[in-house]
Amino acid sequence: MSQHGEAQLPAVLLLLLVLAVSWVLWSGLYKPLLLGLGVFSCLLSVYMALRMGFFRNQAMMSLLPRLPGYWWWLLREIARSSVEVARIILKPSMPISPTLVELASQADSEAGQVILGNSITLSPGTVTLDLHEGKLLVHCLTRDTARELQAGEVSRRAAALERN
Amino acid sequence: MIDVVLDVISWVLLALGGACVLIGGIGGLRLPNFYTRIHAASLTDTMATLLIFTGMMLQSGFSLPTMKLFAIMLFLLLTGPTATYALANAALLSGMKPDSGVERDRGASGGVQ
Repeated sequence: MSQHGEAQLPAVLLLLLVLAVSWVLWSGLYKPLLLGLGVFSCLLSVYMALRMGFFRNQAMMSLLPRLPGYWWWLLREIARSSVEVARIILKPSMPISPTLVELASQADSEAGQVILGNSITLSPGTVTLDLHEGKLLVHCLTRDTARELQAGEVSRRAAALERN
Repeated sequence: MIDVVLDVISWVLLALGGACVLIGGIGGLRLPNFYTRIHAASLTDTMATLLIFTGMMLQSGFSLPTMKLFAIMLFLLLTGPTATYALANAALLSGMKPDSGVERDRGASGGVQ
């Protein structure tokens, strides 16, 4: 926690500006009370981001431009696995075969690993149970989804996000 | 003409989203134990959120509410899996075995059937 002093001032001010602009645009009301609340919540958010070490981690910023493409791919994955899970739930025989998979993350940064873990949880049929030192423990609804996960496409794409 | 098309598309999306919520609920009742039920919840969490919010965005057209809806959807999709992870991780750390296969949770079977 001693690195607080090293936080870059420009980055802090940029975040403050972005927050303030989005508050003003999205509220659309310019009463003193609401503006005061806006100032309060912007400052609080920046303080919390500071405490969480947001500014020490520059990797976050550099992967932002590549996110939309990743999201698009993830969206199609989610749609596909949703249909799969819905079909399993509605089938009278309910053919589930719960499987645990241990997955080594190919992403090195914390941000990349969190994106990988959350992407896995986001797609129905797979849930990240534990993420520790680059190793993910994933619970899968069926053996097929487990096999697909081990083929490693999610992991590869999440790792590709942080390549420079 | 274009209005009707947009209306129909958004109705279809909203109806599909509602179906996802329903199937998620059915899954929550039918699936045998905690870890498998999480999968049913994630159907509601993810797919229903996407479909219902997209449907609502089509209803509100190009306007500020659409941006707000988009932001809400984004935040739900970012925080949802984090909450699910917290839940699943807490269960794992408290000693609930995930490899219990298709058995029912002890004490959890009574209420359902």
